[in-house]
Amino acid sequence: MTDVQFRFRDDELAGDPAVTVDSFFDQTNATAVRIEPGEDARALLPFLGRLQLIEVSFPAWTDGRGYSSARVLREAGYTGELRAVGDLVIDMLSHLRRCGFDAFAPEHGLNHADAQAAFDRWDNVYQVTGDGRAPIWARRHG
Amino acid sequence: MKILTGNDLKSGEVVWWDGDHWSKFVNSAADVGDRGDAIIAREEAARRVVSAYIVDGARDENGVRPAHIKERIRALGPTVRMDLSLKPGDPDASNWVI
Amino acid sequence: MYKYDQYDQQMVDVRVKEFRDQVRRRLDGSLTEDQFRPLRLQNGLYLQLHAYMLRVAVPYGTLNSEQMTVLGDIADKYDRGYGHFTTRQNIQYNWIKLEETPDLLAELAGVEMHAIQTSGNCIRNISSDQYAGAAADEIVDPRPYAELLRQWSSFHPEFLTLPRKFKIAVIASETDRAAMKLHDIGIQMVRNEAGKIGARFFVGGGMGRTPMIGPMIRDFVPLDQLITYCEACLRVYNRYGRRDNKYKARIKILVHELGKDEYTRQVEEEFALLMEQGIEPPLAELERIKAMFADPAFETGASDDLDLSDPDFRLWVERNCAQHKQAGYIIATVSLKPVGGIPGDASADQIRLMAQLARDYSFDELRVTHAQNIVFPHVRKADLYTVWKALDEAGLSTANLDGIGDIIACPGLDYCSLANARSIPVAQRISERFGSAEKQAEIGELKLKISGCINACGHHHAGHIGILGVDRKGVENYQLLLGGSEGADTSLGQITGPGFDEDGIVAAVETAANVYLRERNNGERFLDTYRRIGMAPFKEALYD
Ligand code: HEM
Ligand code: SF4
Repeated sequence: MTDVQFRFRDDELAGDPAVTVDSFFDQTNATAVRIEPGEDARALLPFLGRLQLIEVSFPAWTDGRGYSSARVLREAGYTGELRAVGDLVIDMLSHLRRCGFDAFAPEHGLNHADAQAAFDRWDNVYQVTGDGRAPIWARRHG
Repeated sequence: MKILTGNDLKSGEVVWWDGDHWSKFVNSAADVGDRGDAIIAREEAARRVVSAYIVDGARDENGVRPAHIKERIRALGPTVRMDLSLKPGDPDASNWVI
Repeated sequence: MYKYDQYDQQMVDVRVKEFRDQVRRRLDGSLTEDQFRPLRLQNGLYLQLHAYMLRVAVPYGTLNSEQMTVLGDIADKYDRGYGHFTTRQNIQYNWIKLEETPDLLAELAGVEMHAIQTSGNCIRNISSDQYAGAAADEIVDPRPYAELLRQWSSFHPEFLTLPRKFKIAVIASETDRAAMKLHDIGIQMVRNEAGKIGARFFVGGGMGRTPMIGPMIRDFVPLDQLITYCEACLRVYNRYGRRDNKYKARIKILVHELGKDEYTRQVEEEFALLMEQGIEPPLAELERIKAMFADPAFETGASDDLDLSDPDFRLWVERNCAQHKQAGYIIATVSLKPVGGIPGDASADQIRLMAQLARDYSFDELRVTHAQNIVFPHVRKADLYTVWKALDEAGLSTANLDGIGDIIACPGLDYCSLANARSIPVAQRISERFGSAEKQAEIGELKLKISGCINACGHHHAGHIGILGVDRKGVENYQLLLGGSEGADTSLGQITGPGFDEDGIVAAVETAANVYLRERNNGERFLDTYRRIGMAPFKEALYD
């Protein structure tokens, strides 16, 4: 289990370790699950109420399915912790954040200063992605 | 013979391993025998070269000749812009490639 | 033309800073090459056969003269005095130094340009009709929609690590000048029965090793749902596109394997969900963009007369100019295919000259075409001779548009590390073989396209005559294809049979041209004749 290096939430870290999607469906009380790139995030939607933590796994950072998983979950109203886990690179942190991730557990710790710069990089953005940021077009026509 | 080629990390220039350093001249290329992979690993880690790989070559009366046309073009420059090649004044240079 | 506001400018400035930071981390060892490669590719920086290569975006192929001048200056300052215009309306520099790239990008940003997403597995530069805003046959100017998409796709966080690259083209006329159906998404702006403008979506076209023509999945998407619909198309692809095999990772394979109907169903389902998310920019944003693409101040009542007494000028007008929507004006194409030249290459001086001519005679505008030429979209007919004279002195007056000499060729083995064979020398020899203006005029429209490997950057599948370079036991070899097209009548070429060596392929093209000249009916183009008589007579002549 890798440590959470960055977290943008005030609540307590979830106590239960995340289980695989298969075992999540076998257990009626699990509150934390981890989904892999090929798994359908929508299958979790009936259980969002009891989920405190969803880990989205990135075995390779160039496999971008986790970005869609994150947005699908947030669009469906999930408000618990959404944690990106695995091969995370500094240059994608702000994009992960935009898709709804609010915790990051990189397999290899990231340089703090470089990571902070990456999180803060984009003052403005072109799209609505559900992260609450007003896109540039909204500012233009505000 | 086995020779090594790659690109200089900063400038991107094509380079050949001469036994001690990276040279831009294929004729300086050294036979690395079976040490190619080790040299590549060391030199890439030291960030002196990027995308290095091993190719077959042969030494003849004109110098070192890579076995495949791709590396001969690398060694000289684009055959369609010989003015930008390493032998801009030599009308026969492109024959060496083909 | 679109003009950046403070936000657009900030986005490209921040990108330069980000890339400068990435280069620093690469050079100080914080990033390995494996980590850096996808990052530099997202910024158009390849490592090629001889050096780094930088691809600079020319959104929907439109440039102003200041930008064009800077492209010329960059060729001198950071490269070796020339640039290569590409089939996706961009420009590439072949001799770039990694350590200088951030400064180069800063100079581009100074004229509202960038290299963002010109490579990598992301949404690439949006291409369009090179005659947009000038063509007599367009329904609307497609570029405002392309610009809307450019902004939406720039740094779209969900779609930066797609299964594979993603190319979008937007057109707005029945004559397809942008190979729209050979894109991952091809959008045709149309007017519906109620008179409303909307977008027709073709998804899953592409070339490469498995060429496919994109099927239509929706015949009308209203303008206030355009972005949402694109987002749905991309999301289905990002989630379900194949990632197990990079040769099967393009959206065309997904659409093909799911079937058009199932893919469409999934998109529509996703679209319905996304409609609730409020991601669509307001129509006011489209109006803001449209206002910047308003027609330039055309002179009313400008004369339609052209003095064609100079025969060379006359030939050029006949071959290289197209009808403008405004009386008294004309669209002029500068062929970057001089006889024996390198298709798509232009020297720094030529680039700056074209910039200056555009400033003086084309309302400050130029276009890059997917056939690797340059267009002056709005030339007053009264100025055309002056423009032509200046081009002629700079070696830019070749009169061969859409003819056999107007060859599309990828960089091939002279520059490209993926190549199997050289493309440019073959193009040069064919253009010399058919060098005489009379011969070219006799043959008429014949689109010849050459790729140096199966990746098909030279669109060989879509050439009336296509040539594909292959490696046969270490020797360059060339396959011949006939019958491709990328216009409104898009079709894919068929291989004639065994390949040829370099001399052989030049002769084979001549043989095919001769069969056409022998067999054609009055007024038939090469393609028409081929479609009528089929492959057999060509095969017979080629391989008897
Ligand atoms: C020199 C460096 C280049 C490299 C390494 C390169 C690489 C590739 C690769 C790998 C593909 C196939 C992608 C796939 O099917 O998934 C491709 C396709 C393509 N490239 Fe290039 N290319 C280069 C230059 C160019 C140039 C100069 C042009 C324009 C003249 C170009 C335009 C295209 C186009 C239009 C396609 C077809 C798109 C499609 O498959 O739908 N490329 N390129
Ligand atoms: S078609 Fe092949 S040889 Fe030509 S540029 Fe593309 S990848 Fe290179």
